[in-house]
Amino acid sequence: MNSRVLPLMAFVLLVALLVVGLKIADRKTQLPSPLINKPAPAFNLPVLGQAGRTMSRESFLGTPYLVNFWASWCVTCRVEHPVITDLARSGALRVIGFNFRDENADALAWLAQFGNPYEVTLVDLDGRISIDFGVYAAPESFLVDPSGVIVFKQLGAMTHDIIETEILPRIASMESGN
Amino acid sequence: MTVELGQIALLAALLTSFSLGLFPMIGTYTGNRRLMAISTSAALIQCLLLLVAFGILTSAFVNQDFSVEYVARNSNSLLPLHYRYSAVWSAHEGSLLLWELILGLWIAAVALFSKRLPEVFRARVLAVLGWVSAGFLLFILFTSNPFGRLIPSAAEGLDLNPLLQDFGLIVHPPLLYMGYVGFSVAFAFAVAALLGGEISRDWVRWSRPWTLVAWAFLTIGIALGSWWAYYELGWGGWWFWDPVENASFMPWLVGSALIHSQAVTEKRGAFGNWTLLLAISAFSLSLLGTFLVRSGVLTSVHAFASDPTRGIFILIYLALVVGGSLALYAARAPKMIQGGGFAGLSRETLLLINNLVLTVMAAMVLTGTLYPLLIDALGAGKISVGPPYFGFLFSWLLVPMVLALPIGIYSRWQQDSASRLAGRLMWPLLISLVVGAGFWITVPGIGLVAAAGVSGGVWVTAGSLFYVGQHMSKKKHFKIPASILAMTLGHVGLGFFLIGVSLTSATSSEQHLRMEAGDQHVMSGYTFEFNGTRIVQGPNYTADEGEFIVAKNNREITRLYPQKRQYAQRGNSMTEAAIDPGFTRDLYVSLGEPLDDRGQAWAVRIYYKPFIRWIWLGSILMMFGGFLAAGNKRYRRKIRANKTEQTGTKEVTA
Repeated sequence: MNSRVLPLMAFVLLVALLVVGLKIADRKTQLPSPLINKPAPAFNLPVLGQAGRTMSRESFLGTPYLVNFWASWCVTCRVEHPVITDLARSGALRVIGFNFRDENADALAWLAQFGNPYEVTLVDLDGRISIDFGVYAAPESFLVDPSGVIVFKQLGAMTHDIIETEILPRIASMESGN
Repeated sequence: MTVELGQIALLAALLTSFSLGLFPMIGTYTGNRRLMAISTSAALIQCLLLLVAFGILTSAFVNQDFSVEYVARNSNSLLPLHYRYSAVWSAHEGSLLLWELILGLWIAAVALFSKRLPEVFRARVLAVLGWVSAGFLLFILFTSNPFGRLIPSAAEGLDLNPLLQDFGLIVHPPLLYMGYVGFSVAFAFAVAALLGGEISRDWVRWSRPWTLVAWAFLTIGIALGSWWAYYELGWGGWWFWDPVENASFMPWLVGSALIHSQAVTEKRGAFGNWTLLLAISAFSLSLLGTFLVRSGVLTSVHAFASDPTRGIFILIYLALVVGGSLALYAARAPKMIQGGGFAGLSRETLLLINNLVLTVMAAMVLTGTLYPLLIDALGAGKISVGPPYFGFLFSWLLVPMVLALPIGIYSRWQQDSASRLAGRLMWPLLISLVVGAGFWITVPGIGLVAAAGVSGGVWVTAGSLFYVGQHMSKKKHFKIPASILAMTLGHVGLGFFLIGVSLTSATSSEQHLRMEAGDQHVMSGYTFEFNGTRIVQGPNYTADEGEFIVAKNNREITRLYPQKRQYAQRGNSMTEAAIDPGFTRDLYVSLGEPLDDRGQAWAVRIYYKPFIRWIWLGSILMMFGGFLAAGNKRYRRKIRANKTEQTGTKEVTA
């Protein structure tokens, strides 16, 4: 075979990969995260829509909470939004939004349009905290126990099924453990 | 009122770029000299129109025209004047316009400074650049128009992202884009050579100065980005293997391979096809990088489809530009001549090692960046890729390159003898081993890897400097040829960079503290005394400013004033680190959060960063090496008896 064709073939493969990437964007699977059973990464972030106020990891100690990374540019976040809203309304745990790599105005407009399920939304403007959390795809959610340890990670859209089988049992065991 | 004119200017630029791409190209195949001559005027007119469009957007920022959506989103009436200029390229739409403007400037430079190239070849180069420009203008006009109106007009702007309100942002993107976009010239020369088919290796000589200038700009652009991240992000880090950084690093790696393989091809005729491929790849990776970053794809691979129009446009544009040129390569490259053979130990072999390592590095960064997508597509699960992957592979890949580098400088083309090289390199080798061992023994906690890194940096630096010394001792007159000086600057820069990276990563110290006014902390022999904070008022922010008195051996060295800023309009808080820079160490203090209600206790981070300046010092030396090499008189000399002379690029860099 003519070796001069190899670069072109490699490039065709790359384009094919990108096309496939478009198709599978919504198909999410479990990612074994090295953060499971480790303390949540430290953060100290401004609160969306409340000028001057910031909150840190320490602010949330003592109760279980869900960290939900989202952004206005993330289509899948809209898909999971009703599920997150139901979870927040159920009062099972605190739901904290982490808005990353986004524009504040877009984020506020997004919440105004779809409703705001979050107790607070923290602004991770440059995405550094999302890197600490190992987030490479939005949405991602982390269940953190009262001592600040991550016990579960959901890559991709949250579903009612996952809430029933993964989130709620873990919260129940935390409470019985206490 | 006038932004519509900007829109019209962009449309006119699009039409001009079509004529630039179409008519001269037709002329080269029909032998019509008048059609080919269109290329010059079209290139200049296009550049002028882009300047007009860019000027109009800038004036909308300067005059605070919040009826323009892009201005309203990225500016504010309190924004200081100088940031209103740089705010033009602070977000997606304006960035793309800057990219396109710089492409227009490069095209105009090629039109002005390559009049002595063969007529047909020159027309083809400009036509290829015309198509690149047309594709980009279509992208801007259809998916990312910066001139959109906001109806009704906004009363006040949203303000510029505070992270970007900084000197670093003013200069970083234009320089980076000069590099990115500059590779389009080498790309166009390669494609024009492939179209011509009969051109042997002349195109390499003609394209070398352009490539070197682009590479030098990219070098300093990346270095500035790293410096900006260091002082602005408040983390004390200088490189994060962030996808955005990787996107600029890939073209740099391939560009570095390209400037070396061009040397082999020009001098020896070898690596001809490889050089073509690298010239195509460098620009392709620039395009890939620019688009991935600007479309937000890399912030999260799954956000690729977040704006379907942009995502699809990216794929089509990439497929046409890269796929088209690679198809041309596949069809035409075998006809190109190949150089003579060379022995196992020769300069060719050593430069081959350089090229292999740099290419593998680029492939590794590409893989690491696209890995989540790749693994997902293969259905093999999901793995996050981070600094451990990059850092590990990079340090190992550097080993063969660093070892081979000085040998390559001394080696002869075609064939060389090991004993001759060993004799020449004995002293640099000894010095590097002694210095490395010295650091290992005397610096506590440095570790073997970092000591080896220092040793490698010294090996490269000493090898380069000794070469200049030996070269001069053979000459009667005391003058270093510019080409040797350029090469030496570039390699000494790399040596300094390696030394800086090794020492910084191994011997930095940092402390995260809770400090109240009056508290002292001793780190690495320096005493940091916290004097409390006061409120300071900036143009569009208020800040808590801390005062730290830094002393060593009971003598005050400096006072540092880190700030915690609150930007009113966006409600962001920003950490403004205070740094005392030095040739052998930086002292770095950043103010975290207040830890009590009275504002007495603060979270404070202090860093001691030895030799971190050497990282950027090395980069600056590399940049000067690139510019100096590009200015070489050789490229301006007549290369044939007929009218095929290349003009220099000194003018271009101005």
